[in-house]
Amino acid sequence: MATVYLGIDVGSVSTNVVALDKQGEVLHSVYIRTHGQPIKALQDGLRQLISDLGKNIKVGGVGTTGSGRTLAAVLAGADVVKNEITAHAVASSYLVPEVQTVIEIGGQDSKIIILRNGVVTDFAMNTVCAAGTGSFLDQQAARLGIPIEEFGAKALNAKNAVRIAGRCAVFAESDMIHKQQQGHPLEDILAGLCEALVRNYLNNVGKGKEILAPIVFQGGVAANDGMRQAFSKNLGVDVIVPKYYGVMGAFGSALLAKEMYPKVSAFRGIDLTEREFSTGGFECSGCANHCEIVELKEGKKVLARWGDRCGKWSNAAAV
Amino acid sequence: MKVTFPHMGNLWIVLKTLFTHLGLDVVVPPPCTKRTMELGVRYAPESACLPLKVNLGNFLEARELGADTIVMAGGVGPCRIGYYAAVQHEILKDLGYEFDMVVFEPPDVHFSEVWDKIKYLNRRPWQEGVRGVILAWQKACAIDALEQQLHRLRPLEEKPGQADLIFRKALEKIDEANDRRSIKRVYKEAESELNNIHRRSINPLRIAIVGEIYTVLEPLVNLDMEKRLGRLGVEVVRGLFISRWINDNLFKGIMPLPNHHPEKTAPPYLNHFVGGHGWDSVGDAVAFSRSGCDGVIQLAPLTCMPEIVAHSVMPSVQQDTGVPIMTIYLDEQTGEAGLQTRLEAFVDMIGRQKNNSLNKGIINI
Repeated sequence: MATVYLGIDVGSVSTNVVALDKQGEVLHSVYIRTHGQPIKALQDGLRQLISDLGKNIKVGGVGTTGSGRTLAAVLAGADVVKNEITAHAVASSYLVPEVQTVIEIGGQDSKIIILRNGVVTDFAMNTVCAAGTGSFLDQQAARLGIPIEEFGAKALNAKNAVRIAGRCAVFAESDMIHKQQQGHPLEDILAGLCEALVRNYLNNVGKGKEILAPIVFQGGVAANDGMRQAFSKNLGVDVIVPKYYGVMGAFGSALLAKEMYPKVSAFRGIDLTEREFSTGGFECSGCANHCEIVELKEGKKVLARWGDRCGKWSNAAAV
Repeated sequence: MKVTFPHMGNLWIVLKTLFTHLGLDVVVPPPCTKRTMELGVRYAPESACLPLKVNLGNFLEARELGADTIVMAGGVGPCRIGYYAAVQHEILKDLGYEFDMVVFEPPDVHFSEVWDKIKYLNRRPWQEGVRGVILAWQKACAIDALEQQLHRLRPLEEKPGQADLIFRKALEKIDEANDRRSIKRVYKEAESELNNIHRRSINPLRIAIVGEIYTVLEPLVNLDMEKRLGRLGVEVVRGLFISRWINDNLFKGIMPLPNHHPEKTAPPYLNHFVGGHGWDSVGDAVAFSRSGCDGVIQLAPLTCMPEIVAHSVMPSVQQDTGVPIMTIYLDEQTGEAGLQTRLEAFVDMIGRQKNNSLNKGIINI
């Protein structure tokens, strides 16, 4: 029976599951859309993974990350729960050991991680603005009627990228419409949009950071050749897009689970894909904070609660 | 006359003691909650910083309990808090609430300006007032001493939350205490209870919290930052405490407490006062970095000018001392999930940096 280490990244837009073997090689990875249903996405992801790998596996450890990491950890039974920064940095420096800068653009957030000698020394995440993240590109591709998969290739064909205001997603959109109405070709607008988003990223997220090569570009948006080219052009050096760019968070957390090497994994079994989980919420009226308590249930049994400030509910349900 | 005042962490215990001894009827605003924030945000200008908004919420909630007089801090700039009392007074007036507002600030011309306000408030023989000042001071010292123990204990607790419970109970008892002896007794009791807590034997990371005093001291606005860090296994240290603030600003440092000396520690990064706590933030960041802290977190309300100035020199401090500094701006929009991710990432980062020399694995993040 082959031992595998699972990494699960439940993000705002996509849910990814990666299985590693004992040597740290990726056996299989799954990338699916979360569609606002993290439990279903996670179950679907695992089901897909298991159907491809076969049931004859032993799970040696599980790591979770992403904005849904707590939920995923309870649901799947995780041995290590880590934030996205750590998971991405781990994955990146594993694939490109000499990496000094990681640019990561995901569904709704973007981050920069600075590493020196393999150690994270600084990081930043987008704070007040989501212009330039995957969701926005998705939306614009849909508005222009082109599949997001063709976005990048089209942008590469641009002859004259137009200049688009990229500071705000809403204004970028109105500026794009304006450029369309002026009659600029679609390719030039797409390339212009990529450049604007790169400018926005470097001015906001990358502000004040010393961006040194080798630079790794990862996250779902790295699939976009237009963005890749815009970064390389702006930074004056070719950015490296690693093989598993879309699932680096899950890859990193699988590496962390492997590094932790638990004696017995907390994994709740491969049949968890077929069990009934549900979430519910209520507002606590214990004080004027009125915290929104979320609870995760399996059948009728409460597995975990969170969302309270004082710990009254989360401590009571701790498993 | 029913007197109220804004909340700032545990400051209410100190002010309540003081005003009660002046012979005033005191209305302590209900503890800061989401409702306080919502009330304040609804009526305050959007671009004002958090203290104005939350204070305003405090006043509105105190009004519901019958308060008619507000004692508020002022200032003479460059920090905007200096005119917040006036702005809040106008907003309350527009809402149809007549409050009497007594603003304490450094006098323009003569100290008699301050004295006149004290005389206006005082209802009792002056000896009683002096007794109130002393008692309030003793309470502040007891609270701060216990809080420091709480900071040390949080990361070590086997069952998280116990120390906080003991601290909360001690606060209630300190509030009720009426003389020095009972304060001392409450302190000793709480101390021995804290000592009995089961501890894990770990060597916690130490992170210093610096920044603007209100965001540092008020857990509602910093989303329980210290508790979050404690649960992540971090011992929090900070230079800002109510007792130290009173000592530095009102007693001019005559008590033997550690003071802030930004004039000694902040140069060459920042050579003079920039308003609020900007200078102290830089000075403290330098001092804590040099004294062996593993990381520094600077807190500030969004749009806070003094802290923005401080923030701009933090990268040089970080480069010279090698200790990572993270700045977090807080406002009513601050999301818990984003904050938690940043804190976890920061703690991971410094933890792995620290262990790097010991543990040369493949993944040295």
